[in-house]
Amino acid sequence: MTAAQKPFFPSSLPGLRGGAGGDVIFVAVALLLGSLWALTTAARAVDPLMGAHALMFLVAFALGGFALIQHLSAHKTVDETAYETGLIKAGVFASTFWGIAGFLVGVIIAAQLAFPSLLYFEDFGWTNFGRLRPLHTSAVIFAFGGNVLLATSFYVVQRTSRARLWGGLLPWFVFWGYNLFIVIAATGYLMGITQSKEYAEPEWYADLWLTIVWVAYLLVFLGTILKRKEPHIYVANWFYLAFIVTVAMLHVVNNLAMPISPFGSRSYSLFAGVQDALTQWWYGHNAVGFFLTAGFLGIMYYFIPKKAERPVFSYRLSIIHFWALIFIYIWAGPHHLHYTALPEWAQTLGMTFSIMLWMPSWGGMINGLMTLSGAWDKLRTDPVLRMMVVSVAFYGMSTFEGPLMSIRAVNSLSHYTDWTIGHVHSGALGWVGYISFGAIYCLTPWLWGRRDLYSKKLVEWHFWVSTLGILLYITSMWVSGIMQGLMWRAYNEFGFLEFSFVETVEAMHPYYIIRMVGGLLFLAGAFIMAYNLWRTARGDIRESEYAEDRAPVGAPAGAPVAAPAE
Amino acid sequence: MLEKHKFLEKNGLILTVATLLVVAVGGIVEIAPLFYLESTIEKVKGVRPYSPLELAGRDIYIREGCYVCHSQMVRPLRDEVERYGHYSLAAESMYDHPFQWGSKRSGPDLARVGGKYSDAWHQEHLINPRAVVPESIMPPYKFLNEKALDTSTIRAKLVANRRVGVPYTDEMIDNAMRDLRAQVEPLGDDYDAFLARYPKAQIRDFDGNPREITEMDAMIAYLQVLGTMVDFSTYEPEANYR
Repeated sequence: MTAAQKPFFPSSLPGLRGGAGGDVIFVAVALLLGSLWALTTAARAVDPLMGAHALMFLVAFALGGFALIQHLSAHKTVDETAYETGLIKAGVFASTFWGIAGFLVGVIIAAQLAFPSLLYFEDFGWTNFGRLRPLHTSAVIFAFGGNVLLATSFYVVQRTSRARLWGGLLPWFVFWGYNLFIVIAATGYLMGITQSKEYAEPEWYADLWLTIVWVAYLLVFLGTILKRKEPHIYVANWFYLAFIVTVAMLHVVNNLAMPISPFGSRSYSLFAGVQDALTQWWYGHNAVGFFLTAGFLGIMYYFIPKKAERPVFSYRLSIIHFWALIFIYIWAGPHHLHYTALPEWAQTLGMTFSIMLWMPSWGGMINGLMTLSGAWDKLRTDPVLRMMVVSVAFYGMSTFEGPLMSIRAVNSLSHYTDWTIGHVHSGALGWVGYISFGAIYCLTPWLWGRRDLYSKKLVEWHFWVSTLGILLYITSMWVSGIMQGLMWRAYNEFGFLEFSFVETVEAMHPYYIIRMVGGLLFLAGAFIMAYNLWRTARGDIRESEYAEDRAPVGAPAGAPVAAPAE
Repeated sequence: MLEKHKFLEKNGLILTVATLLVVAVGGIVEIAPLFYLESTIEKVKGVRPYSPLELAGRDIYIREGCYVCHSQMVRPLRDEVERYGHYSLAAESMYDHPFQWGSKRSGPDLARVGGKYSDAWHQEHLINPRAVVPESIMPPYKFLNEKALDTSTIRAKLVANRRVGVPYTDEMIDNAMRDLRAQVEPLGDDYDAFLARYPKAQIRDFDGNPREITEMDAMIAYLQVLGTMVDFSTYEPEANYR
């Protein structure tokens, strides 16, 4: 047991190290101006919801102020030659927490659709599906995915640049500021604050706050790259950089809105109807393309070579993969609007680029998978690497399914049905989920300085339980989606529509139960992971699993060891 | 290629700018023309800004996340046109900030739900969907029936909409509160003035409770106007071919 050797978590409040300088002034000014804004808004709020959120901001800024003062009075000096690791630890912690929270809400809303008369409460309107569903999507994409991206990007950029994170306190400002945004968004949905743009539901003031945080994120990331000691910028960082830059562009344009008052929560989108629809899906599809793909490809390009102890398969392919992917992805949005009132030329452009997108996607998949050349045997012994490889396989599957569904004829069947939901989840659970779990499984022993994970057996359990969950999820959604699409367009022998809408809803029931079970298994897997990570961070090791390779360590010095003959 | 790419790999700022330029192209080519190509939005008669009560109802529709399960976009496919009515036109959502086309039909499309059911049906259905449709998986919205509509910001809502391009006149904005009340008072004094400002608006006590204006009033008023503004008996799609 090595439990007592290292503290489980930094003893002081995380983030309180580093010298005073521009970063301290920036954070202090941000907190001060933020508090003034929050105080004014709380006092003059035109609706109670705005008042509630202003108070939450105020509490957060006050806590930030306390932390800053405590930091300044501690007079700690920072070793500028050492990597920042406390922040990454906090990121691993936040990722695991938000992951479980987001999966849990997903299971709850899946259960609501399966058993509506049991799980809706007429006196608790805030637990209705319409409010919980944005909570689920934001929790898994932005809270879980976002924290994974923050943690891994900060880890990778330091290691591949051989430089400490730039910006002193700024990285901590990014971490806490981002998580504050998550809390504001989540509580907003429950209270009924939303601008109804999918995956961009938070209202204008939360969007402004995220913009500030995001600019700070770009500065930290770019600053670290600029002070690197390596001549080249490593490929993983290109993808992280593209993710940060593009998300900034998408976020700002799609959230342009006119508030009804500077002190009111409600706003109206700058664009209307058809223009607003395409702006939203330009954003929405590239939230997938850049948040959930480019960012996580950064994870793939660092953690898979690292874990397989092999170089990336092809440098040339990395370059093609990167530029082709980011150029083509951005065009794909209109495939969300096939057969709508969007002009046909735009639909056709979107479809064409979506099909073209198949190639760079698979180029990236091949680059990830073939990195295992010469190390395929590790799949048998290393369950973490296996999880990441299966993740890339899921990536390949859903990036084939996506172009298929973007074909107008296929889309006329699949659109508005559960097929889309299944497609999203094969990407989200399989690709994003597994590559994230893989990265977290790698990071925990590395950051806490442990020889290995507490238990690889538990990783095996996590892998198989959640894989079964994913398979149940996506197969049930394929069946229910295609079935409902066919039922909607079915005609009887007299030339009338065969089914009423509610008959198609009734037919979904068994598949909704299967989907819920699938989600439950995925959630169970995440709990297994959380337990394993906790034991690993504590420094525990499951002796029975590591008995073999521990033996030589325990052997007395001078004992005969296998040595090459002279 | 590898030699030339080295330049980007060694210059972080240039890599950042190059990335931004590359990702900006698609959006500019696809979205920008929608703002100036005249063929994007059909020329039709009858589409007017939402009345204050309808707008308040629409805000409740958004607040409750109805768009998560209900689309408002009938596609030009045989079965959809037979099930829901005439396919949706771009003009019908030109005052929708933001659009409510939706992406999933866990429930039916609502683009043309206006006038299909009675107010009483909507009320009962919203209070307890399974009382009217036993197989429904929709959540109950009983609280709409009990909650008074917050009207304090209605004028500000019209003003904000005008700022983003909805043609509310000064008269409409000055009378926002009166118009909101007028729509639930079929015997009120402002009946004619309201109807002049919002032609063909439906005026009645939507929730059958004359004592107060509830969120249910607003919600049903919004649902009942959906898809009813354009008179399709006079609509000629050929007139919009350009």
